This record gives sequence, structure tokens and C-alpha cells, in this order.
Amino acid sequence: MDIDLITNVLFAMIRSGTPLLLVALGEVVCEKSGVLNLGQEGMMLMGAVTGFIVSVSTGNLLLGVIAGMMAGVAMSLLFGSLALGLRTNQVATGLALTIFGTGLSAFVGTDYVGKPLAGIAPLAIPLLSDIPLLGTVLFRHDPLVYTALILLTLTWAFFRFSRPGLMVKAVGENPDSATSIGLPVLTVRWLAVSFGGAMAGLGGAYLSLAYTPLWSEGMTAGRGWIALALVVFASWRIGRVLLGAWLFGLASIMHLVLQGMGASISSNLLATLPYLATIVVLVILSSNQSKIRMMAPMSLGKPFHSRM
Amino acid sequence: MHNAELFETRSKSSSSRIRCQGISKTYPGVVANNAVDLDIQPGEIHALLGENGAGKSTLMKILYGVTLPDAGQIWWNGQPVSIPSPAKARELGIGMVFQHFSLFETLTVTENIALALPPGEARNRKHLAGRIQDISIHYGIPVDPDRHIHSLSTGERQRVEIIRCLLQNINLLILDEPTSVLTPLEVEKLFESLRKLAAEGCSILFISHKLNEVQALCHSATVLRNGTVTGACDPRMSSAQEMASLMVGSHTELGVPYPKVSGGESVLEISSLNAEREDPFGTTLKNLSFCVGQGEILGIAGVAGNGQKELLKLLSGERLTHQQDTIRFSGKSIGRFNPAARRKAGMAVVPEERLGRGAVPEMGLHDNGLLTGFLGGLIRRGFLRHKKINRFAEQVIQQFSVKAHGVAAEARSLSGGNLQKFIIGREILQDPKLLVCASPTWGVDVGAANTIHQALIALRDQGAAIVVISEDLDELFQISDRIGALCHGQLSPVRPVPGTTVEQVGSWMTGAFDATSVPQPEEQIEEHPQEPQEATH
Repeated sequence: MDIDLITNVLFAMIRSGTPLLLVALGEVVCEKSGVLNLGQEGMMLMGAVTGFIVSVSTGNLLLGVIAGMMAGVAMSLLFGSLALGLRTNQVATGLALTIFGTGLSAFVGTDYVGKPLAGIAPLAIPLLSDIPLLGTVLFRHDPLVYTALILLTLTWAFFRFSRPGLMVKAVGENPDSATSIGLPVLTVRWLAVSFGGAMAGLGGAYLSLAYTPLWSEGMTAGRGWIALALVVFASWRIGRVLLGAWLFGLASIMHLVLQGMGASISSNLLATLPYLATIVVLVILSSNQSKIRMMAPMSLGKPFHSRM
Repeated sequence: MHNAELFETRSKSSSSRIRCQGISKTYPGVVANNAVDLDIQPGEIHALLGENGAGKSTLMKILYGVTLPDAGQIWWNGQPVSIPSPAKARELGIGMVFQHFSLFETLTVTENIALALPPGEARNRKHLAGRIQDISIHYGIPVDPDRHIHSLSTGERQRVEIIRCLLQNINLLILDEPTSVLTPLEVEKLFESLRKLAAEGCSILFISHKLNEVQALCHSATVLRNGTVTGACDPRMSSAQEMASLMVGSHTELGVPYPKVSGGESVLEISSLNAEREDPFGTTLKNLSFCVGQGEILGIAGVAGNGQKELLKLLSGERLTHQQDTIRFSGKSIGRFNPAARRKAGMAVVPEERLGRGAVPEMGLHDNGLLTGFLGGLIRRGFLRHKKINRFAEQVIQQFSVKAHGVAAEARSLSGGNLQKFIIGREILQDPKLLVCASPTWGVDVGAANTIHQALIALRDQGAAIVVISEDLDELFQISDRIGALCHGQLSPVRPVPGTTVEQVGSWMTGAFDATSVPQPEEQIEEHPQEPQEATH
């Protein structure tokens, strides 16, 4: 295999891993607070369509990105008002959100299907991008790729060093104890859910504004689900989210690479790789009760009823 | 005149740390607190005594701001205050150690404490760890700030809770039944720390129903019954009997002595039972051997977390042994039998957790009766026989005087004591050859505990073998015929109760098995195999 191919594959891997990284990052924070939001796919699609519409109408890509995030937040607030406010079943509510988002985005975006848009341009970072191989792979991306990496680092530091980070973990592990020492459980969860929505919206906007600058119905193609699997794959660790996002990104472009090399493996078959990997991780995790207990947020998916 | 009255109340309360007057709280159908008065001075260790359901927890929730009272006034250092939230309580200087710890297992000691402190104080974790160590040395409460909570024992977790309160510069520490999870030695150490704390001016509200501890520690006591204050006394001057009658209302005999017997032919034999722990929070059982005979009660003491859970699972069949013959029941090897097969063979089990393991919270009592009573003709060819099922539940309710709204009442709607009576009754009515029960009277009021004890003794006298696993030493000495203790997954020698002292079992609970080897006074045991039950009032 020649060096150019490797460079290209790694470059594409990072690109296709970025939306997964963003969405999974949001979902990790959300799940660490004890809320399981299965509406990622719906929130992504709303982010994608809103970002695209705003960018096309205003001609301003940054505005589009922000609008995409806001759309994600709006969707997550809808989820929050049901799952946190009315304490509905989180799994059912999340699934409903995905179905709702899929339909609404298709409806809203009808007039924009096939419209052209000059997407977000790559930004080569001076000096760094000149490093052979590494510079090409890492430092010639569009700004959102860098943003994703910065957000990842910030989130990591948030959980590692900050008190609010501890609060999120505490609320996700045992909301009753958290209440008794005076932590605002619902506020923490609302914020975590909103962050999850913003990240999913951003991930969607990345698809429609940078990855493939266009809008088509259902263009996320299951990436929301892959991101959910990715969270489990990463066993709720921020560092592993990055590793997983790139691995899953690689899996999703593998069929192109293999076609290029003349091998013929069904792309559908390759698309199952992320899920297979997730199942393997789940099996490893559940082989040991302590691993589950130490890593998974203990109250995940359980509606919180204050005992007061 | 109104002003004068107000002035008088204020001046009266000005020396008190906290004073409550006329606190009332009504929940639908229950008056939890009815015009309760409480007065605690600075540096005073004050006991709040009462049975379960007497209103202790409601009062303490009101003091800690978890619940608002319907009526009444609280004065804090002479100032009238309202405490709408735990945050406000902490701001005033009230700290609380809950019975079920509010700690986060995946975080370290320092992180757990940092979460409860105001944001500014917890910013520098190294500095905080230093403060934790200072306090722990000063009050003699050793903890390691860097350890994760899940690796700590129950006693150590309690120390973390206490230190967490102390770091908040509190003036009133509320302790909810703090000794129920400790060994006698740990209790003594806790009391020393509390006395030191009180000597420095901190008031302590000690909630308990263990009279001997209240006598050993507290300066004054308020007794609650059915939500009303029935008396206040100086526990150092009053007898346990006096306080008990304030608690339960009549002259209830404390610790009715039941006749001790020695067992007949052995029903359950455990030989060299080893079991690797299933998770890192569990205990590995090492080489357990004991047997239980017909018509005797074997008590197994020990602080929770020393292998009781594991032993119960292995006995009930929730977990199977490696070899069939490590557990023999009525001469049959049953180590690899599942729970249903063991029940068929005549074994019954009462687990420690009533809701969720002993009974399904959302199901009615009739269905909960069916859960383990399915062998007694309640099912025919796979179909439920509702009449029989209802009659079975009815029978349990009547014979064990369970207070419930009929057979369809949801299990979770019953109080702890009533549900426990139902669960134990359900097993006893099936006439088991062997009954294994864990903490049969945990969190149960004195009246219900007496009913349960009498039922167990009656079952014993019918010839059943009974194993009682409990943390309550008084209970074990009261009802068991032989006793042993678990520590770190090992079983102490098993001795007849007559001739064994509480101190001896206390040292077994800490793992000192050899130091207490004394000749067994086997021949001193009196035999009263079928003696009629002593009546209690």
C-alpha cells in the first residue's frame, strides 16, 4: 500500500469520525448525568436541516452552525420536558424523538433538497500542516474538526478537574444521595440533556455544512445510532470516545478503501462492524460486574422522583 | 400583651441551640408528628427515642429541611427560622448522617466530601485532603482521603459521612441510627469521638431505639410514640424498662427469655463450603462448616458485609455450590439444586430485603403469597386457583396479625414490620423443615419483633431447623440456641448460647476466633423441647 493511500484513508477516517465524536460526546455527558436520550438521530437530522436552511438563506455558514446547535438544543428541551419534567420513560421518549425528528426534518427541508451550498472550507493550520504525513492527516481539516477535538479536551478536563463535573457523575450514580447533600439533580440533568442536544445538532450541522454540503432526507444514515453504540463502546470514558469515533469512522469508509484496492466485500456487511465491535465490548464489560458498576452510570435511564 | 408573650418565648429559647415547639406534620391518613416539642442545648447529646413509625424520621427530616412542617416553629440559637431545604440547614450549621449513606461509590473520599462543601472551599483538593486528615486525627476518626468509597467497609463509610459533616463547621449533628451497622468495638470508638465533639460545644441528636446505647452516651432523651412526645428523661438516671414503656406505651417485656434447647438429628449440614466472591464488593467465603439440628435455632452474627449475603444466596440456591455435597439437607446433597428444588425438599428462605426480594412491591399480598406458596396446591395444571390463593394470604394476615387493607393490598403499602410479619408468616405456614432467615426484625418495631420471635420459637418447637442471620446481637442471644459469627467470610466456632457471652461473640465478629476458646459447657444446657410458649403482654 502506498503512502498516499494511507494518508488519504487516515484523513477520511478523521473526517467521518467527527460527527460521531460530537454526538457521542454529548451523549456521554447526558448519560453520565443518568439520562438516556435515544433521540440522537432525530436531533442530528434537525441540526442538519436547520443548519443547511439558515446557511442557504443567509449565506453565513457560522450562523448555520449555530442554528444547527440551537435546533438540537430545542429538540433536547422537548425531550427534557417529557423525560425530566413529566418523568416519562426515557427509552420510549427518546425513540419518539428520533421518529419525530426524522419526519419533521424531511418536512421542513423539502424545498431545500438538492440546493447547492459551498460548504465549510478546510483550514490548514500554519506550520503544523507542513509536517509530513501527520500534518496532512491532522491539520488540513475544516474548523469543525478542530472544534470537535477542542470540545473533547474540554469535556475531559471538565470531568477530570472540575466540581460541576463531579456533580454530573454524582447525580448519575445516585440521584437520591445527591439530593440529600443538596445537589440540584434536575438542574444538572437539564443542563446535561441540553449539552447533548447542542452536540447532536452540531454533529448534524457538520454533515450538511462540511462533510457533504447538501440536504437530503435522512442524510445522517444511522450515525446517531452509531454514536449511541459508541458511548457504550467507550464505556463512558471521554478518551475512549475519540478512539472509538476514529475506529468507527474508519469502519464506515472501509468499503471505499477496499473497492479502491480491488477487493469486493459488501459495504452493507462492513457497515455492521461498529455494531459488532459494540457487542464485543458489551460482552467484555458485562463479564465483570465490577466493571459495569465502576463505569456505567448507575441510575441511567431511571426517572428521578424526589423523595421529598 | 402579645409582644410580652413573644418576648418570653424568645428569652426561654435563647440559650438553646435548637428548640422546636408544636411541630406537626400530617401525611394522607397518618399523623406523623403531633405538636412535638424538642429542646437541645449546646454541647448536649440528645437522644430521640421511638419505635419505627413513631415519627422520628419525620421530625429529623423537618430539622434537616427535607420536609416542611404543617405547623410549629423552630428556633435556632434563639432566632426563629424556617428550614426549607437541606442547603439551608447546612448553612445554619446542621449536619446529618443518614442511615443509608449518601455517598458515591465511584468517587474518592475527597471527591465525595468536596461535593458537599460550598464550591469555594473545595477548589483545592490537596488542601481539602489535608483538612480531612486533620479532622480525622483530631476526633480519632481514621479515613484515607484518596480511597474510593466502594473499597471501604460500612464503618469506614460512616466515618466519611461524619467527617463530611464536621468539615462544614456544624453546631448540630443529627445521627440516624448510627450504630446499626457497627461492631461493638466500632460503636465504642464512635461514642468516644462523639463525646469529644460534644465537649467542644457541638450539639448531637442521636436517633436510636437501642436503649443501652442511649444510656451509655446521651445526656437527655425525648421519647416519641405515634407522633407524640410521650416523655423526656435523663437516660443516665432512668432504667431501660422505664424508657421502653414510654416508647411502646405499655409494660412490654424487653428481651423475653425463651427457653434454650439443643437440637435433634441434624437437618442441614454444611461442610467445607468455599465460594469465591462474585464481585469486588462481595466477600469470599472460606471453609465454612456447620450443621443445624431438628428443633433448634442457629444464630449467625456478624457485621453486614462479612459474607452474610453470600451465605444466604448459597443456602437459598440463588447461587449454586461447586460440589453437590457441600450442602446436605435431610441427608440429601443439594448443593447444586435451584431454589425451587430446594423449596420442594422443604426449605424456606426469608431474605433480608423485604421489598424486591422477599416480596414484589407492586403486587398484592395474595400474589406475593403465591410467589413462594406455589407448592401448597395453589396451582392446578398450570392454572391459578384464586380462591385458594386468597385464602392462603388471608390465613397469613390473620395468624400473624398483619395490618393491611385486605389481601389485595400492595406489598409496598405495608409498613416494614407488617410486611415482614407477612413474609415470615408465609414461609412458616408452609411448614418448612428448614427456615433460613436474614435480619428477621431489622427495622421492625418491638411489637412486631415479638410476634416474629414467638413465631420462630413456635416453629422450632414443632421440630423445624432454623438459621437466623442477623446483625442484632440482642436478638440472637434472645432466640438462638447456638451461635456463631461471620468475619471476613470465615465462621467462628459455633457454641451453645448458654455459657457464651456477648463479649465473646463481639470478639468473634472482629475475627478473633482463637482468643476466646473456652471449654464448652455442653451439659449445662437445659432441655425444654416442647415447653409451652411464655406469654408476653
